Amino acid sequence: MEYFLTDEQKMIVELSRKITEEHIIPNRARLDEEEIFPTEILKIIADADLYGLYIPEAYGGFGGGVMDFILAVEEFSRGCIGVSVSFAANALGIYPVLAFGTEEQKQKFLPPIAAGTKQAAFGLTEANAGSDAGGVQTTAELVGDHYVLNGTKQWITNGGEAEIYTVIAITDKAKGARGASAFIVEKGTPGFTFGKKEDKLGIRASATRELVFQDCKIPKANLLGKEGMGFIVAMKNLDHSRPGIAAQGVGLAQGAMEAAVKYSRERVQFGKPISAFQANQHKIANMATEIEAARCLLYQTARTIDSGNKDFSMESAMCKLYATDVANKVANEALQIFGGYGYMREYPVEKMFRDAKILQIYEGTNEIQRNVIALDAIKKSAKQDKK
Amino acid sequence: MSNKEIWIFAEQREGVISLATLELLSEGQILAAKSGYTLCAVLLSADDSKILQELYNYGAKKVYSAVGPKLSYYQNDYYSKVVADLIIEKKPEIVLYGATSVGRSLAPTIAVMVNAGLTADCTELDFDTEQMLLLQTRPAFGGNIMATILCPNHRPQMSTVRPNVFKKNKLGDKEKGESVSVKVDLSKVKDRMRLLEETKEEVDAVDLCEAEFIVSGGRGVGSPEKFIVLQDLAKELGAAVGASRATVDAGWIAHFHQVGQTGKTVCPKVYIACGISGAIQHLAGMQSSDFIIAINKDPQANIFDVADIGVVGDLHDIVPELTSQIKALKK
Amino acid sequence: MNIAVCIKQVPDSDKVTIDRETNRLNRAGVPSVINPFDENALELGLQLKDKYGGKVTVITMGPPQAEEALRECVSVGADEVILVTDRKFAGSDTWATSYTLSLAVQKAGDFDVVLFGKQAIDGDTAQVGPGVAYFMDIPVITYVKEAEKTDTGFKVKRVTEEGYQLWEVDGKAAFTVVKEANTMRLPSLKGKMRAKSATIITWGADDLGAEDAKIGLKGSPTIVKKVFSPPIKTNRETIQNEDPKQSVKELLGKLKERKLI
Repeated sequence: MEYFLTDEQKMIVELSRKITEEHIIPNRARLDEEEIFPTEILKIIADADLYGLYIPEAYGGFGGGVMDFILAVEEFSRGCIGVSVSFAANALGIYPVLAFGTEEQKQKFLPPIAAGTKQAAFGLTEANAGSDAGGVQTTAELVGDHYVLNGTKQWITNGGEAEIYTVIAITDKAKGARGASAFIVEKGTPGFTFGKKEDKLGIRASATRELVFQDCKIPKANLLGKEGMGFIVAMKNLDHSRPGIAAQGVGLAQGAMEAAVKYSRERVQFGKPISAFQANQHKIANMATEIEAARCLLYQTARTIDSGNKDFSMESAMCKLYATDVANKVANEALQIFGGYGYMREYPVEKMFRDAKILQIYEGTNEIQRNVIALDAIKKSAKQDKK
Repeated sequence: MSNKEIWIFAEQREGVISLATLELLSEGQILAAKSGYTLCAVLLSADDSKILQELYNYGAKKVYSAVGPKLSYYQNDYYSKVVADLIIEKKPEIVLYGATSVGRSLAPTIAVMVNAGLTADCTELDFDTEQMLLLQTRPAFGGNIMATILCPNHRPQMSTVRPNVFKKNKLGDKEKGESVSVKVDLSKVKDRMRLLEETKEEVDAVDLCEAEFIVSGGRGVGSPEKFIVLQDLAKELGAAVGASRATVDAGWIAHFHQVGQTGKTVCPKVYIACGISGAIQHLAGMQSSDFIIAINKDPQANIFDVADIGVVGDLHDIVPELTSQIKALKK
Repeated sequence: MNIAVCIKQVPDSDKVTIDRETNRLNRAGVPSVINPFDENALELGLQLKDKYGGKVTVITMGPPQAEEALRECVSVGADEVILVTDRKFAGSDTWATSYTLSLAVQKAGDFDVVLFGKQAIDGDTAQVGPGVAYFMDIPVITYVKEAEKTDTGFKVKRVTEEGYQLWEVDGKAAFTVVKEANTMRLPSLKGKMRAKSATIITWGADDLGAEDAKIGLKGSPTIVKKVFSPPIKTNRETIQNEDPKQSVKELLGKLKERKLI
């Protein structure tokens, strides 16, 4: 399949693939088993100039777009999505600054992310606010020159490892959806602590923690945009980062399928490699086709966003929904092809199976994605009628 | 013209002649017989008194001995000057060096100084009595290729030869020989490098190059942890553990264990190659083993071409089974 | 510090063919890589630059396709790259190569250190490093694992069969570098982009003022007489059973027959 990548995009793919082969794949089992945050690998990725792909050159980045970014995420995900999410979560954490920050805020917070010397994270989710993001209860009260934050964020990727956090908190409860604001909070700020590292089914290399704010005072200048813009920031941020999750899905599925096909050629039963049996061939055909479809939808979405389209919620939701459902399907089928060996932790596919599940849940559950897509389709239909 | 001599560079470290030298002298006996040339040795040292007899015992009829304090250890500027000057003066037909860290540094320097041809890492030497030329055979890259190299016009013809390729042949304990004192004048050689200190490392594993049995692992082993299966077998056999370049490059096992062109050359009684495909680079390191057993699940693997017994099967099934059956036999 | 690194592009696969006339390898059109030991030499050069400042110049002698290898060097941080290429160099063995490279290194600049890989994996001779050093009249230390600058020159750690040696060398020097020294760094994206647009300085025999008699096949004292496949053993036996226990039993039986165990 011709993807029409530019020369630089091909370099990004080559470089990311090399890092995946030489550093991610050999270490992934250990990182998963021992829940080790991939600090060294992230440093290698940073040294390769891949941290700032989507950050403008003026702030030390590559000046690329979503497409350049998801190409790297896809390659890393072929190796391990625990590692790739640790990388990708930086984009989720820093995009609010890129999109809504003042020049001063951008100058301060973008360069270290572009260089990979600091990590970022995004704090929206709470115990009572998952799909219902409106249920956010963390508050931010303006007191003199500071905002004082109180509340707890839950299941934050890169929580505890990141130095820079963009956090959504309620500044005016009476205003409902218009009462939330977005803030930048730095690690080490008094009153800002972390909960224990969560013990997860998959993506165990990724660090997931609670963010705990107890009378945490941050400078007024750390407000992102204007008061009341919190949910707009959050929604735009998620729309922008969903392709990254889709890329994780495509990469994981590709890795799982490749492992399964290779295994099927080596495993002999009934005197033949099992790849000779039609049942397996059809599994392989389904996997290959769905992965390619997911990839094409992802690339098209990324290019659409990069082309400057202002409204891409529907496309973003589609590519995330499809790629992550495909990833789970493929991981399941791949494990099946491995048979008994697939169930053993010695072989890489059971990890992919465990890892894949989160893809259908975080960054907006696939149910929410379907809501977005359906509402968009319905709106379009209504518009047609009005003509 | 040339003086019809074959010279073996006699490498000494702290007054002890290297095994590679003795092996080369032994092969030199055969070449001398075939060619009619005289077998000699070239020795650089601070004191030759305890070394000369051993050189005679392995066939050197003449030893060119250069003695001096600056020659006690290999220093490239001094050694190359002495040997090159001697070659230019005496014009030997052939000069051979062990392919050790000394030989493989010294020989190239001398080759350039005297404009001789040099073939490195030969696995076979022979003499063509028709053309009166040394035939130097070595493996060449790029697949199953061996190359035989000639040096038709330039003299001397020079080669480096790996340790463990030729077998030692001691002629006796009191062989006769002649020592020729070489005048050493290093006054004009710039003193521009010196050895500050030397550290020997203790290695408690069975030395690959001395081992009678070697159990060796290749890509088929699958992962660094799975090498233990081979280590268990090695323990039962009192064997050393070897490895292919693929496994060393992948970081599964230390370079110290690597057998092959860029690793060690070994010559055990029995070499068991497990999950090794048999790329030429590896074969170059173990082909002269007395008896080769190959275990590989691919019946087409190259290694079966050189194996005396080939076992087609998964090493993860065969090797543990071999270990346990050997254990049982011992009881 | 002014650092030169000599590299060689070598064939990567077993798709190499032999030219029946000259009995030399046909290199054109075969996928190639930087000789792995030269990567260690380049990495040492880059580390010296990181530590002491300066410039890394990479030089290679080869056919025009060797340009790819030079661009790879730029992508990991080499500052300047030079391709020495000329039909007249074809067929060069190590003597001729050493002579030619020494001319190029001296033309390229005044270097504090010239680095080489321990050996090239296609030829394995390990001769070019010492050869170039001789032509340039600089000391050469082989099997180098670590190097540091001193007031008078360099201090290097050299690997031997038995352990390590610590050597001191005065003034300018050449080192051949072993695999244990380091692992070559990954290219960066900026590096790759630089590599794409990098200028490759190209020199031929005339640019170097090379003497005809000393280059190419004319300059090589050795010739390849013949190439052949290694001998296949006769009397080979194969054991193949569904049950590994059976295979092992047979194997041990045969070993006992031959009195090996």
